[in-house]
Amino acid sequence: MKNIKILGTGCTNCQNTAKLVAEVAKANGISIELEKVEDPQTIMAYGVMSTPGVVIDGKVVHAGGVPSRTKVESWF
Amino acid sequence: MPSFSRWVWHLKPTSVRPCTSSHFFFYDTPKVLLLLTGVVFVMGVVHTYVTPERTRALLSGRRLGVGNVMAACLGIVTPFCSCSAVPLFIGFLSAGVPMGVTFSFLISAPMVNEVALALLFGLFGWQVAGLYLLLGITVAIIAGLVIGRLGMEHHLEDWVRAIQSSQSGEYESEETHWAQRVDAGVVYVKEIVGKVWPYIVVGIALGAGIHGYVPEDYLASIMGRDAPWWSLPAAVAIGVPIYSNAAGILPIIEALIGKGAALGTVLAFMMSVIALSLPEMIILRKVLKVPLIATFAGVVAAGILLVGILFNTVL
Repeated sequence: MKNIKILGTGCTNCQNTAKLVAEVAKANGISIELEKVEDPQTIMAYGVMSTPGVVIDGKVVHAGGVPSRTKVESWF
Repeated sequence: MPSFSRWVWHLKPTSVRPCTSSHFFFYDTPKVLLLLTGVVFVMGVVHTYVTPERTRALLSGRRLGVGNVMAACLGIVTPFCSCSAVPLFIGFLSAGVPMGVTFSFLISAPMVNEVALALLFGLFGWQVAGLYLLLGITVAIIAGLVIGRLGMEHHLEDWVRAIQSSQSGEYESEETHWAQRVDAGVVYVKEIVGKVWPYIVVGIALGAGIHGYVPEDYLASIMGRDAPWWSLPAAVAIGVPIYSNAAGILPIIEALIGKGAALGTVLAFMMSVIALSLPEMIILRKVLKVPLIATFAGVVAAGILLVGILFNTVL
């Protein structure tokens, strides 16, 4: 099962990203472990400077702005 | 001095407006929205070139002075969301960008943004927009320089300094093709204009209404040329705890200028509202100790004040 972390300090873009990822995963019938990371220390450890950031199984796949639906779908 | 002030006088935007309120509303609203769309689209594409990672690389290791100027200018074109303020701040520091330079970026990025400039341009002319740009950059440079010179690095939270000495991960976004860049521009337009257009419509409607119903120069006595000396400091002080983005504050700016407030005071108020926000201070608390946050707010407010005074005197 994929572990997906959404990095962000809690603004609407970060929440929308989390919602989008959960939605796409559900639409494709894929079960994921979705985490929201709001702690700046952890976010920094991934080297992400513009939130929202998305980390899948430990690898950063996106940073900055809400990802497009096509991009999210390409992760699954 | 006389010829200089005459020259600056010519820069004053002409406030020739169509006679009726509704005419004003129907003329201005599409014009501003179109302008905004154009500017935001261009910026969306520019953002695909100027990433925070590239900006950071450009600023890393620069000394104060040159670094501050570059940071303030880069702040205008680098994509910035206020919730990324903290990761960005730390990211810059850990890559060797001096604290004062980072602050210059942090001040100019939210304040001198394309939405504010496009709206000011559309509603008040390029002179006002240009002025806001210039004043904003100046405040960012000076405030960053001052903070840098104060040498308050030990007021960073301890865990931040720990990161500075260790290596943190790197995220490099993939190369983008032209089609993707255009796409990014379109997405950005939908995001910004989509969020902001109600404010603009309301703002212009308000401005139109006020033109018709509130007596001319009502505000001149409170905030205009005839205002008491403390109106400018008061405007800056009031702006500090209030937070709004550029579009939200525009209706108020419209109203103020339409009714005779001094341009310097109004622009200073706008800068104060956008640049300093309580939510941002609270978020910054995670990385900065209170004395540094207070210094940051104080220096920026002072900078805005000075810039406002300069402007009011010259005009």
